[in-house]
Amino acid sequence: MSRTTNDFSEVHFQIMWNRMISILEEQALTLVRTAFSTSVREAGDLSAGVFDRQGRMIAQAVTGTPGHVNTMAAAVPHFINDIGVERIYPGDVYVTNDPWKATGHLHDITVTTPVFIGEELIGFFASTAHVVDIGGRGYGPNGREIYEEGLRIPIMKWVERGELNQDLVNIIRNNVREEDQVLGDVHGLAASNETGRRRLLEMLDEFDMTSLEHLAAFVFDRTRKATLAALAPVAEGTYRNEMRVDGYDEPVDLVVELTVTGEGMHADFTGTSPTSAYGINVPITYAQAYFTYGMLVALAPELPNNYASLFPFTVSAPTGVILNAEDPTPVSVRHVLGHFVTDLCLGAIAPALPDVVPAEGAGALWNFQASARGADPADELPPVEVLMFNSGGTGARPSLDGLTATAFPSGVMTMSAEATEQIGPVVIWRKEIREDSGGAGTYRGGLGQVIEIGPIDGYQLEFSAMFDRVDNPARGRAGGGDGAPGKVYLDDGTPFPTKGVETVPAGRRIVMELPGGGGFGPPSGRDPQAEKNDKDQGYVS
Amino acid sequence: MAGGGVRIGADVGGTFTDIVIELADGSLDSTKVLTTYEGPEIGILDGIGQLAEANQVDMADVDQIIHGTTLATNALIERRGAKTALVTTEGFRDVIETRTEGRFEQYDLNIVLPTPLIERKDRFTIAERINARGEVLLPFDDGAAARVISTIAERGYEAVAVGFIHSYRNADHERRFRSLLLDALPDISVSISSEVSPQMREFERFNTVCANAYVQPLMASYLFRLQSELQHRGADCPLYLIHSGGGLISVETAAAFPVRLVESGPAGGAIFAADLAARFGRDRVLSYDMGGTTAKIALIEDFTPQTAKTFEVARTTRFKKGSGMPISIPVIEMIEIGAGGGSIASVDALGQIRIGPHSAGSEPGPAAYDLGGAEPTVTDANLQLGRLHPDTFGAKTITLSPEKAASAIDAKVGGPLGMSADIAAVGIAEVVDENMTNAARVHAVENGKDLAGFTMVAFGGGAPLHATRLMDKLGLDELLVPPGAGVGSAIGFLRAPFSYEALRSLYTRIDDFDFVAVNRLLEELTTEAETFVRSGLAAMSASGANPADPAGPADVELVVERQVSMRYKGQGWEIPVRIGAGSFDGFAAEALGGTFTKAYEEFFGRAIDDLAIEAVGWSVRVASVLPPVAVTEMLGASGHAAITGQRSAYDPVGGEVVDTAIVERESLAPGVAVNGPAIIVESQTTTVLGAHHQAVSQADGTLRITRNARRETS
Repeated sequence: MSRTTNDFSEVHFQIMWNRMISILEEQALTLVRTAFSTSVREAGDLSAGVFDRQGRMIAQAVTGTPGHVNTMAAAVPHFINDIGVERIYPGDVYVTNDPWKATGHLHDITVTTPVFIGEELIGFFASTAHVVDIGGRGYGPNGREIYEEGLRIPIMKWVERGELNQDLVNIIRNNVREEDQVLGDVHGLAASNETGRRRLLEMLDEFDMTSLEHLAAFVFDRTRKATLAALAPVAEGTYRNEMRVDGYDEPVDLVVELTVTGEGMHADFTGTSPTSAYGINVPITYAQAYFTYGMLVALAPELPNNYASLFPFTVSAPTGVILNAEDPTPVSVRHVLGHFVTDLCLGAIAPALPDVVPAEGAGALWNFQASARGADPADELPPVEVLMFNSGGTGARPSLDGLTATAFPSGVMTMSAEATEQIGPVVIWRKEIREDSGGAGTYRGGLGQVIEIGPIDGYQLEFSAMFDRVDNPARGRAGGGDGAPGKVYLDDGTPFPTKGVETVPAGRRIVMELPGGGGFGPPSGRDPQAEKNDKDQGYVS
Repeated sequence: MAGGGVRIGADVGGTFTDIVIELADGSLDSTKVLTTYEGPEIGILDGIGQLAEANQVDMADVDQIIHGTTLATNALIERRGAKTALVTTEGFRDVIETRTEGRFEQYDLNIVLPTPLIERKDRFTIAERINARGEVLLPFDDGAAARVISTIAERGYEAVAVGFIHSYRNADHERRFRSLLLDALPDISVSISSEVSPQMREFERFNTVCANAYVQPLMASYLFRLQSELQHRGADCPLYLIHSGGGLISVETAAAFPVRLVESGPAGGAIFAADLAARFGRDRVLSYDMGGTTAKIALIEDFTPQTAKTFEVARTTRFKKGSGMPISIPVIEMIEIGAGGGSIASVDALGQIRIGPHSAGSEPGPAAYDLGGAEPTVTDANLQLGRLHPDTFGAKTITLSPEKAASAIDAKVGGPLGMSADIAAVGIAEVVDENMTNAARVHAVENGKDLAGFTMVAFGGGAPLHATRLMDKLGLDELLVPPGAGVGSAIGFLRAPFSYEALRSLYTRIDDFDFVAVNRLLEELTTEAETFVRSGLAAMSASGANPADPAGPADVELVVERQVSMRYKGQGWEIPVRIGAGSFDGFAAEALGGTFTKAYEEFFGRAIDDLAIEAVGWSVRVASVLPPVAVTEMLGASGHAAITGQRSAYDPVGGEVVDTAIVERESLAPGVAVNGPAIIVESQTTTVLGAHHQAVSQADGTLRITRNARRETS
C-alpha cells in the first residue's frame, strides 16, 4: 500500500471538520435543554460557533434560527476589537447583547471565550441564546428608543483570568425581572463554550496540532470553491423585488436590488420604508442573515455555515431605512420584518431560478403573547404570561404544494395545546387547518390555520397583537393565486386591530385565521387527482 | 407437558429471522432463516423445527417461547395497516397533520413532511372538552357520537382510534365513546389514547393511539395464528412478546397494545448487553450494535438499559429527528444512525467523504458481493484495508471480490479526491467510525453522562470490526465482544424479565404539591403495571414452566421502580428522578425537590437557586425478579493464541499497513490472549485489534479487549 502524507492530512482535516461540527452540536443541545426561554426551546433561538484567532468562523451548529447565521459570525471580530488583543487572557470570558455588534436585539446574549494553547491565542468559541427578560418595558414593539428596551451590556469581560465579574452580575441582577433565569442562561453559555474549548484542545492534541490555522485554511478553501460553484447558476446581473407588508402603524415597503457577480451576491435595500417609531426595526446585520439564509437554502443547501460560505453575501442600505436601523432606534421585535427578507430576496432571484424559488408564504409568525390577569381586580388571581408560536402556510414550490401551518424561514415549532393549558389560564378551543386558505395554482399554497383561545373562568387576556399579512397576503408566483389574508376577531365577529395591546374579556374568545401561502403556476395546470384529493380531504371546499 | 427446561427466542427482523434455543443445561444454539413476509410465523416455525431437530428436542420440552418482531414497525413504515378512523375533540381534527409546525430540515426548500397515518377525511370530531385539571368544560355530545358511529359503520372502518384532549387526566369521555361504539359495532377494533399512551402532549398521544389502532387487527391475527400453530406442533408452552421497554408481556396484552412491540428487536440487543454487563459486574456500559444498514448505541447503567417515554419510528429522511412518527410509550432509549456495513460512501460538493444514510442493503449489497452493486460501502472499505478477507468472511454463501471493492472505491471516492483506493478506504473507515463516535458522544451528552469509565459491549455482525477504533476515539479502556454477536437480540429475549411500565402525566409544583392526586396516581400506576406482570407470570405458572415458583404468582416478589420527570419552571426539558417507595407528605415533597436539584447538577453541572420546581410525568415499572447472576471475575492472560495465518492490514493508529495475525475465535480457550495487530475470525463476525490492543478470551467465550497505555492517539 502506498502512503503519502498529503493524503493522510486530507483525511485528518476531514475528520477534524466533522468533529468540530459535532462538538458545536453537543454545545447547542445542552443549551436547548437548560435554557429558560421558550424561544430557545421551541424555536432553537440559539447558536454556537468556533472561530480562528482572527475571528473568522470555522464552523457553526445547525440550529433553528437563520437569524444567527451571519450575526454571530460577525460578532466575534467586534469582541476582538473592543476588548483589544493585548487584553485577551487565558481564562477570560466575554459577553454582550449589543444589537448592532451581535444578533440584533437586547434579548440575545452572546458569550465569547478565547482558546489558548499555553500563552498562544488560537481561536474562540461563541454562543448566543435568547433570554426570558432583559428589563426595560419587556419584550414587545412599544419602546420608542433602545434605552426603553432594557439593559444593554457593551462588549466586556464576564470572567477575567478565571475571576467572575461580580459587578456585572450585580448589574444584571438589578436590571432584569427573572434574574435567576437570565444569569442561569449566561452561566450556561459560558459553560458550553468551556466544554467546546476543552473538546477542541483534546482534538488538537489527538492530531498533534498547535493551531487552527491549517484547518481553517482547509475549511475556507473548500467552502469558498463550493460556494462560488453553487452561485454559478444565477446569471450575473441585477435583480429587483418589492414587497409590501402590513408593518406596525403603517404599511412597510421592502425593496431589494440584488447584484450578482462572479464573486458573490450583494443586496441593497434602497427604497425600503424609513424606520418605524416602534421596535420592529431591523439592524442590517440581521437583514443580512435572512438574505444569506434565503440564498443558501435556494442555491447551496448542503453547505455548512462558516466565514467562507457567508463571505460572498454582502448588504447595504441607506441609513434610516427600516432594514438598516441605527442606534438608538428600537429593535426589540426585529424578527417580524426580518423574516420577510428571505421571501423578498428569493423573489428577486426567482426569474433566474424559476425551478427553485417558491411563492411567497405567511412569512412572519403569528405569536400569541398574552398576560392573563384576573378579570375582577378584587379576586387577586396571580398573573400568568402565555406565549404560543403559530405558523401560517408556506408558499407553493415549483413542483410541490406549500406546507400547511409550517414556519418558514423561521425554524420555530409550536407548543402542545395541552402543555400550554397546564401552565397558563387559557383554553385553546380550536387549532385546526384553515380550509380554502392556500393560494390556488398548479401547486397549491400551504394552508393556514384557525385558532380560538379564551381565558379560563375569572381571567381576561391582554395580548400584544403583532399580526402581519392581514392587508397584504402572500403573493402567488408564475400564475399562482395569492394566499388568503389573515383575520383576527372576537368570537362575535368584532375585528381586532392587528397591532397594539388588546383585551379578550372574561368569557370570550379570540379567533385568529392565519394566512395561507401563495400558489405556484396557473390553477388550470393542477393535476385532477390532486384537485380531487383537496376536495376529499376538505382542504378546498 | 412442559417443564423440560428448554426456552426459545425468536427475533423477526427485516431480512432475517433469528432463532435461539437454550437447552436444559444452559447451552445455546442458534440459526438464521430468511424472514417470510407473507406469513412471518412460517419462518419462525421452520427455524424452530431446524433447531429442535438438530438438538434432538421434543417440542413438548419447550417451556417458553419469547418473540420479538418488526412486523408492527414495518406495517407503520409501509402503511399496510387497517382502514382506520380517528375520533377526536372538536377543534383538534388536524393535530396529527400539523405536527410541530416545524421543518425537520432547515435547509431544504423541497422538504416533504411525513403524511399523517390517518388522512383528514378519516378524522372525525365530537363536541366535548376536558380541561387541564381533568374537569369537564363541555359535556360529551351523545348525538354527535351517534352520528360519527353511523358514519364509521357506513364507511366500513376496521379500526378506530380515539383521542380526546386531556384524556390522560380524565378518560371518561374516551371510555364513553368506546362503549357507545362497541354497543353499535361489537366486532370493531378500538383503541383509546388514555389506555395506549396516557401522556400529556396531544400530537404524540394521538399519533400513538392511531398507530396502535392501525396495526391492531393485523398484529392480533398474526399473534393468535402463531400461537395456535405452535400449539399445533406440540409446543404447549406460553408464548410471550418482548415489548419496546425490554420486558415480556402476554400475547393478549400484545394483541391489545401492539404499538408496544415497535422496536422490540433492538430492545433485545440492549438486554443482551445488560445481561453481559451483569455477569461481569460492569455497572456502566455503552452498548454498540452495528448491522447492515444502521448502528445503534444505548447506555446501560447498573445493568439496566436507559429508557425514554417517547421515540420516533419510520423516519423518512436520513434518520433525521422530526422526520418520523412520534410514539410515546416506554422504550429502551437508543440512538440509531445510518452507519452499517452496507452504508454507501460518497464525496459531497465540499470534497468531504460522506457515509450513508443510503445503504446497498443485501441486494445488490456492497460492491464486493459482486451482485451488481457499483457503490462503495463500509464493507468494501474493510475488505480493501485487509480487515475482511474472502477466505475468512463468515457468510459462506457470499464470495467477496476484492477487485470489485477496489474499483468501486476508486471510482466513487478515490478518483474524485485524487487518492489511491487504499487511502480512500482509510478515509471511509475513519469517517464512519467518527460518525458513530460523534453519535455516541451526543447521546451521552443528551443523557447528561460522561463516557469516561464506560465499558463498551459490541455485537451485531459489523460492530466488532469497528469497536476497537471507537474505543480509542471515545477514550474507553475496556471492550467486550460476547459470543453470539450475530443473534444478540434473540439471546437477549431469553434474559428479559416480565415487566410493564405504566405512566401518566400529572402536573404539580414542589411548592404547591398535590399530595392527594400524586399518591392516588402512583397507586393506580402500580396496580396497572402489577396486573400486567402477574397475568404473564400466571400463564407461566399455569403451564408449570417455572418450578422455582410453586407458590403461584400472587406471592412472587416483584421489583417496583418509580420515577418522576421534573424540571425548573420555564424549562421545556425534563430530567428523570427516581423516587422511593411510600406515599408523599410535605416532607417527602421537599425532599423530592432536593433530589431533583442533585440530579440536575449531575446532568448539567450546576443547579439554579430559588427557582420553582415542577413535576410533569410519573411512571411505575414493575418487573419480575430475575434469577441472581453470578458475577464472573475477568480472566487475565495466561497463554497465547494459535496464529493460523498472517495478512497485511491497515492499522489506523500507526497509519500504516502492518503484518497482522489471523486467529480463529473457536480455538481460543479461556485465558488465552491475542495481541494486536490481529484479526479474530468466526462465522458471525470479525474482531479487529490494532497494534495496541490485547484480547483475552473469557470462560464464556467473551473477548475482553483492553488498550496498552498512550498509544491511542493518531
